[in-house]
Amino acid sequence: MNPTTVIQLYVFVLAAFVGYQVISRVPPLLHTPLMSATNAISGISLVGSLVAAGSGGAAVSHILGCIAVTCAMVNVVGGFAITDRMLKMFKRAKPGDAK
Amino acid sequence: MTSRDLLIQLTYLVASVFFILGLKSLSNPDKARRGMNQAAVGMLLAIVGTLLSAGIITYEWIIVGMVVGTLIGIPLGTKVPMTAMPQQIAISHGFGALAATLVGVNEWIVNGNGAGIDHGTMVALGFETLFGALTVTGSLMAFGKLQEILPGRPITWPLQNATSLGIFAATIAMFGWLIVNPANPLAFWLMIGLALLIGVLFVLPIGGADMPVVVSLLNSYAGLAAAATGFAIGNNVLIIAGALNGASGFLLSVLMSKAMNRSFGNVIFGAFGAETVASNATSSAGLAVRSTSSEDAAVQLAYAARVIIVPGYGLAVAQAQHVVQELAEQIEKRGGEVKYAIHPVAGRMPGHMNVLLAEANVPYEKLLDMDEINPQFDQCDVALVVGANDVVNPAARTDPGSPIFGMPILNVDRARSVIVLKRGMSAGFAGIENALFYEPKTAMLFGDAKTSLARLVSDIKTV
Repeated sequence: MNPTTVIQLYVFVLAAFVGYQVISRVPPLLHTPLMSATNAISGISLVGSLVAAGSGGAAVSHILGCIAVTCAMVNVVGGFAITDRMLKMFKRAKPGDAK
Repeated sequence: MTSRDLLIQLTYLVASVFFILGLKSLSNPDKARRGMNQAAVGMLLAIVGTLLSAGIITYEWIIVGMVVGTLIGIPLGTKVPMTAMPQQIAISHGFGALAATLVGVNEWIVNGNGAGIDHGTMVALGFETLFGALTVTGSLMAFGKLQEILPGRPITWPLQNATSLGIFAATIAMFGWLIVNPANPLAFWLMIGLALLIGVLFVLPIGGADMPVVVSLLNSYAGLAAAATGFAIGNNVLIIAGALNGASGFLLSVLMSKAMNRSFGNVIFGAFGAETVASNATSSAGLAVRSTSSEDAAVQLAYAARVIIVPGYGLAVAQAQHVVQELAEQIEKRGGEVKYAIHPVAGRMPGHMNVLLAEANVPYEKLLDMDEINPQFDQCDVALVVGANDVVNPAARTDPGSPIFGMPILNVDRARSVIVLKRGMSAGFAGIENALFYEPKTAMLFGDAKTSLARLVSDIKTV
């Protein structure tokens, strides 16, 4: 195993640990927005897809990359939009309302 | 490292921090929006950073993909109704996984069909395409079930677990073969094909009521595929985002399994509900339910000081969340206090019921999860059950022979009186009789949930 892989494993394990700690504090109230948020964040696959689509290499790379960019972009745009739309709906009772 | 590379790495670092802060902000509903906007800025930075990288030479394919993706993403993000959220999110897992899979396939092809790939990278690429491919088809199946294109009941076939395990073993064998010899097209394509098949076989036998676990698990797999992409192409932001996503999905599926008192293995291999358990047929024999009229129920609610509404998936099916809120307003106008009891598996995905009620303008302080609300049933005058069944079945506490024995439930049977809105006397999703309906303090109000609620609203106004 080369040193880069070892560092990558450190990054993965620590990020998973941080993720577990952070997410275990999210109340059940927001579990659906949590899922759409992680979905939006998983659109980060875009980073890999962009490189494939723009590599200037074989045609097959362009096509696979282009489809990948499309899919990842759907998640980024749709995911963040829908998370925001949901979070906007979670409101406290207005002070003027009946108890 | 050139200064351009340094800049790109910095955008990735900032993006990673913003992603973590965004998820952290979700622990507080008041701060969540701002946190997620920050995460979106992080994403934008990472995209701009990547576009600056020296490896990108042509832009036309990128532009096509981004424009098409945005055109699909905007209506998905803004138009899809909240009731359809589970299937929308299920299909999005598929999109994410497809992107990861295609990046992996491309990586393998451009490196001389695996000839230029070392064993270590092949491990990462293998995980990426394996998890990616099975998530793609698994998500499609989950989407089909949730959208009711496919039957929601578990689909089973003879020797089901044996065939699934056989295919799984064959896939692992192909993966092992590829690690030894990455330049092996037969093993590569066969592995992807088998993984696609696994996704189908994995979701088909799982029933509609178990979908929250499946959707969470697919969320986790999509994350792991993204993380594996990060390992394969040496990109830390992908590893971090993938790990966050994987941890989140894993945690949610554990929580969902717990809420159903089932192990992972049981959800995946159990085909729950395929056979109706006979042991409970006795409980309903010779017992009669007490049905009530809308007028009587309205009087009962109008004079109650404490009301707890227990919404189940039936409420979402009937699109009755707005009417239920109207009813709550009427009760509150008369000085009653209304709270909502939300079971972790109410709805078709984790937290679904909360979103539906928040959309109907229910303030979120009134949406209480199971642990918070259960002690309050003792002081509750009327518990109003709308379209929920198994999650209020006392057999989970009392009948060791019941298939749901041990499942955490809402203690509706401890309320002073109970009104159940139900279409008819059919058993719940799990096909189990519910003793709550036969208790003397329970009154049944039969009919479509939305119609019944609307009548209650108009009747309560005349009380």
